Amino acid sequence: MSGIFEYNGGSIVGMKGKNCIAMACDRRFGQQMSTITTNYQKVFKIQDNILLALSGLNTDIHTFYALMEKEINLYNLKENRKMKPTTFANLVASALYERRFGPFFVTPIVAGLENGKPILATYDSIGCKSDLDDFQVGGTGGNYIYGACEAFFKPDMNPEELEEVIGQSLVSGCDRDALSGWGGVVYVLTEQKLTVKILKTKQT
Amino acid sequence: MQYFDNYLQSKGGYDYTNAKRNELMKAQGFKEMPFTKTGTTIVGVLFDGGVVMAADTRATAGSIVADKNCEKLHTLAPNIWAAGAGTAADLHHQCAHFNAKLKLQRLNLNRQSRVNEVITKLTSKLFPYRGQIGVALIIGGVDCNGPQLASVSPHGNYVYHPFQSMGSGSLAALGILEAKFQDGLTKQQAIDLAIEAIEAGIFHDMGSGSNVDVVAITKEGVDYRRNIRQYNAKSHQKQIPYPFPINNTPALRKYEFNFEKQELTEVGQEMEIIE
Repeated sequence: MSGIFEYNGGSIVGMKGKNCIAMACDRRFGQQMSTITTNYQKVFKIQDNILLALSGLNTDIHTFYALMEKEINLYNLKENRKMKPTTFANLVASALYERRFGPFFVTPIVAGLENGKPILATYDSIGCKSDLDDFQVGGTGGNYIYGACEAFFKPDMNPEELEEVIGQSLVSGCDRDALSGWGGVVYVLTEQKLTVKILKTKQT
Repeated sequence: MQYFDNYLQSKGGYDYTNAKRNELMKAQGFKEMPFTKTGTTIVGVLFDGGVVMAADTRATAGSIVADKNCEKLHTLAPNIWAAGAGTAADLHHQCAHFNAKLKLQRLNLNRQSRVNEVITKLTSKLFPYRGQIGVALIIGGVDCNGPQLASVSPHGNYVYHPFQSMGSGSLAALGILEAKFQDGLTKQQAIDLAIEAIEAGIFHDMGSGSNVDVVAITKEGVDYRRNIRQYNAKSHQKQIPYPFPINNTPALRKYEFNFEKQELTEVGQEMEIIE
């Protein structure tokens, strides 16, 4: 029995570019040492300009995503407008802190574009928001991806470059983590569109 | 049951629905991930006419540096600031909560907030939680009773003293403060002393690092200097960037969702798709 966050495995990473933002995740869903499926979704489109990536215990990933979907739908109905990415980032922090003494075992990353400016925020499992960095990681392979990001990242990349760099960082990092991998998905968000690229990786 | 859930939701406060499940998991032997702590060195120094507070900027999660440049000096009121050590999420949310509470009170009573008010409210909140809310704060401000400096511990104890330090680097900082503090410092002397104390914490304590933030509060106003000292700026620049050719990473499939047209298309023909 290792940690609760290592039970299912998985890694996520987010990176800022010039007027664009990218998110990437692996596709493994495991139970300790076994792999159950290789197509588990960990990045969710909350709104056209907001992406939410979740890593940690998969049941809590699913529950927390459902909770955030509910919040944003209610917000759209009550306020009759879209939610700003900075508002959503604060909403995630409050929702996590509300469960301070019975937390969800997730470490989310929120990525969004507000008036063309990229917003990237990461949290620990009880809602400590950290939003000043250019790239953020989460999950079991997170620390390995940190190393790859520090080496490959440069500021103000355009969407095509950013897609390459984040894809390579994810794949390099997950190669060193036994609990992450089995494919990767890269999401690149610009003002006009969202591109989703399913990567081919080593099948181990 | 639904009515009861809605009632609890509207009351506010903490949500304990996952607590039983989490306890069961812990009993089975699972270990939790460490919360982001601030490690930290924070100091406060009282001078003639005001108070100076300083903090380092490192946030740790276990032994990993989670944030290299986080903000540990929080505003509670225009004339009262808090420096925080402990669990980062608790610090951020409790300070935001008290900021809002004090603002409402100021709007209702039309009076400036006082430091002893803040201390009373804080300790009343922390004591019932038996130290589970991990905030160790140094509160400093100037109000109608003059400049005041106090520290509050997670269990709800408070101490008024002309110089304070809290956090994992507090002992290193306390050495500097005990040696060099005197009554009747000027503002610049107090700032220099506070920076020196944080420096001691940054270099001798592993939980503290990166840069120094300072805030000086006087009756005239607040002087906040973010990153007044930076010790750990990147000393080397990458000479050769790593340019990846575009479409270098092999893909199985690629999709595009256009926001204006709100339609999803599969991008396939232009790029090499590997089966």
